[in-house]
Amino acid sequence: MNIVKLGYKNIADRPLSTLLSLLLLTLGVGMIALLLQVNRHIQQQMENNIRGVDMVVGAKGSPLQLILSAVYHIDAPTGNISLHEAEQLRKNRLVAAGIPLSYGDSYKGYRIVGTDHQYPELYKAPVSNGRLWQEPFEVTIGATIAQNLGLQIGDTFMGTHGMGEGSEIHDEHPYQVVGILGYANAVIDQLILTATESVWEVHHHEEEKSENHPGEENHAHEEADEKHSETTAHDGTPGEEREITAMLIRFRSPMAMIQLPRMVNENTNMQAAVPAYEINRLFNLLGVGVDTLSTIALVIMAVSGLSVFISLYNALKDQQYEMALMRTYGATRWQLVWLVLQEGLLLAGLGFLLGILFSRVGLLLISGLMEARYHYSFSGGEIIREEWQLLVASLVIGLLASLLPAVRAFKINISKTLAYD
Amino acid sequence: MLITRSLTFSYDHRATFQFPDISLEAGTDLLILGKSGIGKTTLLHLMAGLLSPGTGHVELMGTELQTLSPAKLDRFRGRHIGLVFQRPHFIRSLSLQENLALVQYLAGKRQDKARSQQVLESLDITHKRYDRPHLLSQGEQQRATIAMAVLNNPQLILADEPTSSLDDTNCLNVASLLKQQAATTGAQLVVITHDHRLKAHFQNSILL
Repeated sequence: MNIVKLGYKNIADRPLSTLLSLLLLTLGVGMIALLLQVNRHIQQQMENNIRGVDMVVGAKGSPLQLILSAVYHIDAPTGNISLHEAEQLRKNRLVAAGIPLSYGDSYKGYRIVGTDHQYPELYKAPVSNGRLWQEPFEVTIGATIAQNLGLQIGDTFMGTHGMGEGSEIHDEHPYQVVGILGYANAVIDQLILTATESVWEVHHHEEEKSENHPGEENHAHEEADEKHSETTAHDGTPGEEREITAMLIRFRSPMAMIQLPRMVNENTNMQAAVPAYEINRLFNLLGVGVDTLSTIALVIMAVSGLSVFISLYNALKDQQYEMALMRTYGATRWQLVWLVLQEGLLLAGLGFLLGILFSRVGLLLISGLMEARYHYSFSGGEIIREEWQLLVASLVIGLLASLLPAVRAFKINISKTLAYD
Repeated sequence: MLITRSLTFSYDHRATFQFPDISLEAGTDLLILGKSGIGKTTLLHLMAGLLSPGTGHVELMGTELQTLSPAKLDRFRGRHIGLVFQRPHFIRSLSLQENLALVQYLAGKRQDKARSQQVLESLDITHKRYDRPHLLSQGEQQRATIAMAVLNNPQLILADEPTSSLDDTNCLNVASLLKQQAATTGAQLVVITHDHRLKAHFQNSILL
């Protein structure tokens, strides 16, 4: 038996008020930790994906939408741009590299992206199995897709028009898996990569089909996502009329940041968007929501502190006699102070642990949801620096809440307490 | 050896309690009788070092209580003085055995299971050691509180009205248990009470 054990026994002896204090602490800590973790994961994912992309060009429209669709593949494309125009830009002396992207089709919810071999290089995604695509309709798939859909080299599948699973199937052109990428912890893990020509060819045939059966045109095109863009190539005029959806640009020098976006926006039919800037804007928009939630969580934590205080204060009223009794058995004032402080700290520490547990369960649930909806997943729930600060904050709350009861325990008048009972 | 000399105490300036000098040899007992309100509990608290006297001093085994620092006085009390109260009190969240372990811990002694076992046996409440003491019957509670008082082999056992709420049979039991426990540990026993039933059981008694 010692003071620590006694403190624990005392807390366990008043289960209701302990439960209330722990519940509030768990909620407060859990919400804040969850926000911190989600924020960190989103930021990490977002930043991981814009590495090496200084600017994105695509069809005119919302710049945020362009970034979300071309870099993160979570929004519909803004439309198409002329391949010729994009190539012109790529030849600009300020541009170090340009990666063409053509997308709009999918397989089981995973996007099929027509591009070139610079794209896997951009994310440093190694080929873990097989090889990169060479011919049209050969595909190399991201690691997550291989795992989730169980696709293997040699398997074939049909693409679906648009993102929905119930949409029209391009059944004339099966894709064949020739390679599987290793994990890059970036959006590429969730993409099906193929040659740009594959996408052109699929939709080229589509056009022909539509021309042959004009009545079906509505069905073929408008039923799909209205923002879905066709990546088309018209017969006989290769190059000139070919279109892509977007191009990821890397600058040769920081100078380009000042000149190129303006030039593109003013002088071409394309739109230029800077990922770093747009993501910043997105975070600022989200920030309002995050701030509101953190405020609520902070209020809950403050209330939990109050609850710990009331719990300890009430307990002390009941335990006044016990405290005096302990003094007659040889306990010093400081032992009683430590007993009370320690009860507060124990509650706070326990609340913190439960809160972290709560946040990790929440993270797992959100991760599952994100995975199912956006094919994005969070991994790793290690304690981050802010959570250590949260631990300190919890302990400070526990300490503050037990300070006044501790002072009262210190000042107990043994003789009076024993005599008037 | 317990010695008190020219003790006075006042709660406010109007009334001052004056107490007779007491000198008690080791192994003897003393009954202090007096009506309510005459300062019996005050005297007991003075002897236990729970109150500091206005004048005079209390000496136990050659140590003058008033010269000790507060923390040292707490330790001294825990090691050398056992207190029995009118109404038994315990730490509610602990079992009887844990209460006893806490008493040993607070006195800075080794947590000796054999010793607490021995005390429980001598008071015939071994079978209740895992129960919460406040849930025991009144007689058992009274015995449990004696167990806590004598556990650390105190040189002085101070009992404040230990029998006033008990019937005749239990009164007799408690008195003989207290004397018996004091005898086994060679302690001086001081009982303060208004209960005249006890007079027959003590060799020495003074009237306040």
